[in-house]
Amino acid sequence: MRAHSKDPTLSAPNAAGLALDARRERWIMLGLTAPALSLVTIIMIAPIVWLFSLSLLADDGTFSLEHYRRLLEQPSYRRNFIVTFEISLLTTAIAIALGYPLAYVLAQLPRRAASLCLIAVLLPFWTSLLVRTYAWLVLLQRQGLINKWGIAHGWWSEPLALVHNFSGTLIGTVHIMLPFLILPVYGTMKSIDGSLMNAAANLGASPARAFWSVYFPLSLPGLMAGALIVFILSLGFYVTPAVLGGGKVSMVSNRIANDIEIFFNWGAASALGVVLLTLTLIVVYAAARLLGLSRIAGAGHAP
Amino acid sequence: MGESASLPIAVRQLTKAYGAVHALDHVDLDVKSGEFLTLLGPSGSGKTTLLMVLAGFVRPDSGSVRFGTQEVVRLAPHKRNVGMVFQNYALFPHMDVAANIAFPLKLRGVRSEEIARRVASALELVQLGGYGVRHIDQLSGGQRQRVALARAIVFEPRIVLMDEPLSALDKQLREAMQLELRRLHERLGTTTIYVTHDQREALTMSDRIAVINHGKVMQLDAPRRIYDRPANRFVAEFIGESAFLNVDVAAGQCRFAGRTIEVRNMPAVEGRCQLMLRPERLRILDQNEPVAANVLDGVVTNMVFQGDTLLLHVRLGDGSAISVRGPSNEAGVAKVPGIGNPIRLGLGAGDAIILPADGG
Amino acid sequence: MRWLSRPASATQVTHGSRLWLYALAAVVLAFLTLPTLVVVPMSFSASQYLEFPPRQWSLRWYESYLGSVAWLQATRTSFAAGALTTLVSTPLALMAAYGLNTLRGRWAAIIYAVLVTPIIVPVILVGIAVFYAYVRLNLVNSLMGIVLAHSILAIPVALMVIASALKSYDMSQELVARSLGAHRLKAFLLITLPQIRFAVITAVVLSFLTSFDEVVVALFVSGGDNSTLTRNMFNALRDQIDPTIATISTIMIVVSSLLLAGAQLFGRPKRH
Repeated sequence: MRAHSKDPTLSAPNAAGLALDARRERWIMLGLTAPALSLVTIIMIAPIVWLFSLSLLADDGTFSLEHYRRLLEQPSYRRNFIVTFEISLLTTAIAIALGYPLAYVLAQLPRRAASLCLIAVLLPFWTSLLVRTYAWLVLLQRQGLINKWGIAHGWWSEPLALVHNFSGTLIGTVHIMLPFLILPVYGTMKSIDGSLMNAAANLGASPARAFWSVYFPLSLPGLMAGALIVFILSLGFYVTPAVLGGGKVSMVSNRIANDIEIFFNWGAASALGVVLLTLTLIVVYAAARLLGLSRIAGAGHAP
Repeated sequence: MGESASLPIAVRQLTKAYGAVHALDHVDLDVKSGEFLTLLGPSGSGKTTLLMVLAGFVRPDSGSVRFGTQEVVRLAPHKRNVGMVFQNYALFPHMDVAANIAFPLKLRGVRSEEIARRVASALELVQLGGYGVRHIDQLSGGQRQRVALARAIVFEPRIVLMDEPLSALDKQLREAMQLELRRLHERLGTTTIYVTHDQREALTMSDRIAVINHGKVMQLDAPRRIYDRPANRFVAEFIGESAFLNVDVAAGQCRFAGRTIEVRNMPAVEGRCQLMLRPERLRILDQNEPVAANVLDGVVTNMVFQGDTLLLHVRLGDGSAISVRGPSNEAGVAKVPGIGNPIRLGLGAGDAIILPADGG
Repeated sequence: MRWLSRPASATQVTHGSRLWLYALAAVVLAFLTLPTLVVVPMSFSASQYLEFPPRQWSLRWYESYLGSVAWLQATRTSFAAGALTTLVSTPLALMAAYGLNTLRGRWAAIIYAVLVTPIIVPVILVGIAVFYAYVRLNLVNSLMGIVLAHSILAIPVALMVIASALKSYDMSQELVARSLGAHRLKAFLLITLPQIRFAVITAVVLSFLTSFDEVVVALFVSGGDNSTLTRNMFNALRDQIDPTIATISTIMIVVSSLLLAGAQLFGRPKRH
């Protein structure tokens, strides 16, 4: 590098040059993110904005709010939202009830056993949700394994209608969502300082007391992150209700798809989409305020 | 290894602010070619920031840094040709010892036979001959530090920077490594900038010490002068033990508790000043000695046996509390009047320093 | 059985008094893992109907699969889409992760949030929006269209994995490499990349699986000659149920398992 001449009179030599170097480095780093950013913007963000603009256009192309009006007026849409919330809330509740104990036991296991069990959790996680949904279709049908065993053991006499309805869908969604709850909870539990429970025992707490006063509150961030992820993802379910619901479980996603595939009603589908996305973003925002966005972003992925 | 021509370093008006906090505040510094200079200061003082600016990893807001005649402040780190040793060694775990040390040579396009020769020579220099095939996780802390050192000097840089390289080692190992680093420096003669917060380490190893606080150089001097003649209160307190007395300066005389104190540096201004003295420089006088200049009278309030020395707490006539440090052998203990008894202390004229009013 | 009376934790609760917990955990674990495995033996069933357990074993459905042009075509499409998605999304995510890791600050957080949105937005919306755009861009039923759409779903996954690895990586190694004479890119390639190897391999595997397993977007965007396995499977499930689906499912399970196992085995840092 050539020797620069100093500015002997100024008390801030090279300030301009250094600022230029800092800016240049920033631009290079931003440039590294540009390809990914462009792809996401062009392929997803722009089309979604484009799509949402359709919700504000009547069939003749003029500005209109009729699609949104129809959402409020027609009771069938209300049914879609009710079903969506029912599935999401129930899935979240059941996932917590089943997933928290499992995560707790996993967190207590020695490393080898825990690794093995984690593989058992991760494998379904990374198996296509369609394959898993199909497996439940097979298991839950009238001549499926569950009914066969139930009847063979005399637990019930007539084959139960376990699929092509709400219950079947719920079983499927819980199955898909469980790992999304278990992983963040497990992660948080592993980071709980063991000596805190020692201290609680030392101070005279009974096992139950120590758990509820010390352990549970510390595991709460992971639990809340997991629950929120499950809830948010459940809102957008499409495949599982379509396959296991037998047409009787129409969540918002299914309605959107129907509006497009069967009725070619892009306006209605778009309006519904806007509402769905808004709901999702509200929950995400609430979660971010409660927990900190970085915790959620690091905790899971979508099916 | 051969003699490398090392470079002097000239820092001018170096400034780096993070928001309202000045990590570096218009720092000026001159490092002589071949000198071992220590940047000494508490955490957050800016010493590490200064080192990082020299290395090129922190971009200052403004200022000039010259290595010899070359302005380098805007030069990318990989072009500066300085050897660097980090506190956590930063050895490459996916390479063995020899590959780690060979890394800078490979980057410079040195031929393989030459690389092998120089790597072996560097390992000998840090007394790890034959360790080339070992892997990093097979080495102890001290050995890793020596590999990091070998890697930093193998390409014969003209300046070496070290960021608290010994702070992760235990006490005995640290002291052995201090001497080894010093020996290595004398052998290679490379300009070395060493960062530490340990004042004893700085005093042991340096040609000169730059005491840094709040992004400013408090004092730049040889160890002896820093210790004997601190420029301000901060340096006095940071290096060695110190005690401070409020004295009055009038008519060319310094007075404390009705007695005259001869000091090393009589200030031009008059009025209230701070006198600094070191606990180990006070002599315990016989009660019968005549009252002369530089005699302090007080009462022993506490006595603590600290192994190699005895620490006395004394309350002087004006209420100020000071410490006195003396030998802990029988003769030393015999000299000490018991707790609660009066004690007479003597202070050499060369050991009394007046500190500037601003305190530093 | 003495194990039952031993304390399980610092609070001295015994294993015996917690048996219900272990039983529950075992049941949940079984619930998670077993159903998927039901599909495998079913694919070897001789019967034409979905039945479990199969009364007779046979390879007829595998033969049917291998003889079906449509299914083989779909298999090719799914694998090609998966591989290409990986090729697109992993380098893009790697670059973005490195840039964001160096940038830090408010802009980095915003960009990170934007790059993660594809998995927050309900996937049906992604599907129909992309379809809507593709109709106008003439990309419907094209391999490239599928790859681009799947890439935006894979990028957040890859990004999160790699960004997390970079966060816990000791950057001073890259700094040292630069002080020793390597410019930034070289230091990254020679020193940093080998050490986040596991994360990159994981990102590759997960990107592939994200595309390979994906259903909804593929439903809208793939088709004709470029229909994916998942799309065909979904339509088959709705129309007529034949055990060839079990075969496809088994293949998909095997692919996922092999890839995950491979990532675990080959991605780990070597120990000496």
